[in-house]
Amino acid sequence: MARMKFLCDAERCIHCSGCVTACKNEHEVPWGINRRRVVTINDGKPGQRSLSVACMHCSDAPCMAVCPVDCFYQTNDGIVLHNKDLCIGCGYCFYACPFGAPQYPSTGNFGGRGKMDKCTFCAGGPEEDHSKAELEKYGRNRIAEGKLPLCAEMCATKALLAGDGDMVSTIYRERVMARGFGSGAAGWGHAYGKKG
Amino acid sequence: MRWTTLLAVLMIALGCWSLPATAASSDGDVPTSAQSGRITDTDTWRAIRQGEAGFISGQPEQRGQLIQSEGEAWRAARNGKLAWYGGLALVGVVLAIGAFYLIRGKIMIEGGPSGRQILRFNKMERIGHWLTAGSFLVLAVTGLNLMFGRWLLEPIIGKTLFSWLAWAGKWLHNLSGFVFIAGLVVIFVLWAKDNLWDRYDLGWILHGGGLLKKGDHPPAAKFNFGQKTQFWMVIVIGTLVSSTGVSLLFPFTFADMAGMQVMHLIHAALAVLMVMAILGHIYIGTIGMEGASTAVTTGYVDRKWASLHHSVWVEETEAKEPKAAE
Repeated sequence: MARMKFLCDAERCIHCSGCVTACKNEHEVPWGINRRRVVTINDGKPGQRSLSVACMHCSDAPCMAVCPVDCFYQTNDGIVLHNKDLCIGCGYCFYACPFGAPQYPSTGNFGGRGKMDKCTFCAGGPEEDHSKAELEKYGRNRIAEGKLPLCAEMCATKALLAGDGDMVSTIYRERVMARGFGSGAAGWGHAYGKKG
Repeated sequence: MRWTTLLAVLMIALGCWSLPATAASSDGDVPTSAQSGRITDTDTWRAIRQGEAGFISGQPEQRGQLIQSEGEAWRAARNGKLAWYGGLALVGVVLAIGAFYLIRGKIMIEGGPSGRQILRFNKMERIGHWLTAGSFLVLAVTGLNLMFGRWLLEPIIGKTLFSWLAWAGKWLHNLSGFVFIAGLVVIFVLWAKDNLWDRYDLGWILHGGGLLKKGDHPPAAKFNFGQKTQFWMVIVIGTLVSSTGVSLLFPFTFADMAGMQVMHLIHAALAVLMVMAILGHIYIGTIGMEGASTAVTTGYVDRKWASLHHSVWVEETEAKEPKAAE
């Protein structure tokens, strides 16, 4: 069985934020929420690099472990999804997540955060595939259509890779071999370090 | 030759002399990739792993942090040490109280109640007690539910009902926190002066509070040393739990991410300690002792009970108001 992974190639990302926009448009994510973000380190200095980050769909997902209502589940493809009907907006997943993936529709005082929202790897949620409820709560389900996440599909420089982990690793390894520099898959140690 | 011409010649000469040097440096001698910043070096990757924040546009500045590793430690502490040791400690206290009940039994009023009532707590004191106690019960149950409910309650009642309960519990928890703080203020103002060390406390400690053997009643004023300990525990731990709780209610207003995680752990760990202590308090005030619970319900206790457990207080009260005992 395939194990889905994201990988952002820091040597290729040009901080165009096309992935952020593609995601927001595809899933009609509410105002104020961005499931993906692009961060530039050493901005304006030598060694400037940009990385696109979203939920990495960790093997041993911290969000899943700390959720007091157990609203998360992991698909057979390793995609970490959650049930918004169960979510109580406590914010624990946000405290635990290494990638800052969970987002909340409101500011959060008095526990009024609303239902958590995060990247679904374009795999929807627990509602029926392609249903209106699924679209409204989780966005589109491209995985059910046999497609990969739109952020990576739309990436102009193919910096952002999404798909079967083995395939992603192979493509990245070939790239590193061909160019002779720039290895280091950001976040893989945190996301997939513990097991496969 | 005019001096300006000389200067011009000199400059050209210097320029020609320096030109070959410039040409040589680009003659196939490519700057190393480290110099050009072409390679993402190990320091950069390490900085990212250790939480280096970068520039982010169009989104909150805090999202510039790429990797937040402290969350792993928070998760390990909450799901590991806190859940296990906290849970075991709570079970341990319940078992210890059960064992005490089996061995010592209910502490009865020796010779039976006198039938004469004496006012122990006036209306304001009872309000103070129940503001604190009522809100604490709600806070404890809903708080423990967030910590342990997923493992203990959810498998029994199902995810949907449990999620609804946890959601309602979260709101109750967030609101009763303020009632609890109000209660703390009231009981502090009313009772702090009665909870200072007095000359009877050492004797009470030496007698083990009279808990160990039947018929042993060391003298005590309005509150004995055990109650004083309980009182200051509630004031001190209650204040710490309240202040961390308020900061958790306003996320990132008083603390950053690491601060929120630490506050949560302090809040939860101290709350478990407080629940343990209060379990003992509830036991001795209800099923553990005859005649104690009415002090905080009607406000009156039997004069015999009072003279056994708070002999000095009875004397002082009756000296002040001789008719209070009627």
